[in-house]
Amino acid sequence: MSSVAREWREIPGRYNLEGSKCECCGKVYFPKRDFCPKCRRESLGKVSKHKIDRKGDIFSFSIIHEAPECNDFLKPYAVVFVKTKDDVLIAGQLVDADLDKIQIGMPVRAVLRKLDSDGASGVIHYGFKFVPDV
Amino acid sequence: MRDVAIIGVGATKFGELWDKSFRSLGLEAGMKALEDAKLSGEEIDGVFIGNLSAGRFIDQQHIDALVADYSGMATHHIPATRVEAGGASGGVAFRQGVMAVASGLHNTVLVGGAEKMTDLDDASINHIMDSTADAEWEAGMGLTLASLYAMIARRLMHEGTATREEIASVAVNSHFHGELNPGAQFKKAVPIETVLRAGPVASPLGMFDCAPITDGAAAVVLCPLEDAKKYTDKYVKVSAVAQASDTLALFQRPDITTFGATVAAAQKAYSLAGITAKDVNVAEVHDDFSVAGILALQDLGLYKKGEAGKAFLNGDTKVGSGKVAVNTSGGLKARGYPIGAAGVAQIVEVAEQLRGTADKRQVKDAKYGLAQSVGGTGSAVTVSILEAV
Repeated sequence: MSSVAREWREIPGRYNLEGSKCECCGKVYFPKRDFCPKCRRESLGKVSKHKIDRKGDIFSFSIIHEAPECNDFLKPYAVVFVKTKDDVLIAGQLVDADLDKIQIGMPVRAVLRKLDSDGASGVIHYGFKFVPDV
Repeated sequence: MRDVAIIGVGATKFGELWDKSFRSLGLEAGMKALEDAKLSGEEIDGVFIGNLSAGRFIDQQHIDALVADYSGMATHHIPATRVEAGGASGGVAFRQGVMAVASGLHNTVLVGGAEKMTDLDDASINHIMDSTADAEWEAGMGLTLASLYAMIARRLMHEGTATREEIASVAVNSHFHGELNPGAQFKKAVPIETVLRAGPVASPLGMFDCAPITDGAAAVVLCPLEDAKKYTDKYVKVSAVAQASDTLALFQRPDITTFGATVAAAQKAYSLAGITAKDVNVAEVHDDFSVAGILALQDLGLYKKGEAGKAFLNGDTKVGSGKVAVNTSGGLKARGYPIGAAGVAQIVEVAEQLRGTADKRQVKDAKYGLAQSVGGTGSAVTVSILEAV
């Protein structure tokens, strides 16, 4: 079970793919970072909010058949690493896709969906999932 | 810094040990190691214990205190420290113990690792394993640890670095050796068809590509190399123990077909030991998922990229092949994977090999042995090198 606050503080990243951009070296990060691991101390205070491109291509994927309890009803379901158009690798589920036709290189885009929930009366988690971009 | 020796080793049987508690497992391994070192226990002046998640597996935090108490060390007020580093908990605990003796702050140290997993249901256990990846941005998005390793496997196959058969043969190798280890969870060799036809877990990986859920404990006793002869004539030298880190999330890395932390720790370890990969005779690598075995041999420099899978498939990794024998204990796959114990159990196996007490699994004239312990998807890695004396 997670608290409402824990869910709420991650909303910018979960809903809007808001990551970070280092103003020193220009590198884009997702999820957000408060400082740039490359520029280190120099980047303190110089990391700005940056929305990741919602479109990209599948970099790798897997179909999950053994899932944690909160996702048991979904199985089998697809998960993917996506290389976005701004060259950031992000992880998520792939939905509305024929599981037999998923391929590396397939174009996808991020949409807002329900992720899971903490039981019948707990917090409902929303966030991005990917769908085929056709 | 002082040179350090391993003067005693011990491990429980690994498996689904319904009649054994966390306390009895830890005590059994520790006592076996002390007995092997011919110590009464009074000599021990420090304890380090690797454990992933007793807090979630058996609702017991503060297991450093529990271990000190039940091993009879609390009455002497011997310091005990619990170490957690995901799947590398045992490897990192071993490094802490070696550093404690090498520094001169401690003289005789017991390093243990223990995990009691089977008191929980499978789904809950797997969820705890998933939290060794990025809980917020991998597990929280619906990914499992198995699916992350599956993504690695998929990329290897896509890039032509390994075939599905080569990946499956990592499990075949572990089971081949498991049959020779009386302490293993699965003492049964399996043909590659069994691995390929097993039910899917996270495609392309199936049930036989994944290490099992296991109860067990392992322990080793350390002292300064110059004092080792006082206790026993069957000791081995710790030539190096190196540790490295990487991003918590796999997707944050530029290349997911190599573990940079293994590469870094291996380079450091070879340098400290004054050897190269060519000198290694026996290696225990972290095959929590079959594909990890291929990454390990390549990242450790034992095989070139694209060659490790072929070595597993050809049987070059088996004891008696004349090449580096890999996972002679049965590895995590067949010996079993009680998480916090795994890294220490690897040290037990390599020490047995180097002192010539590995019975049916014995690698002839083994001089140098290596153990690689991995947390999450390579976010923490230790590489230890032991040497026969």
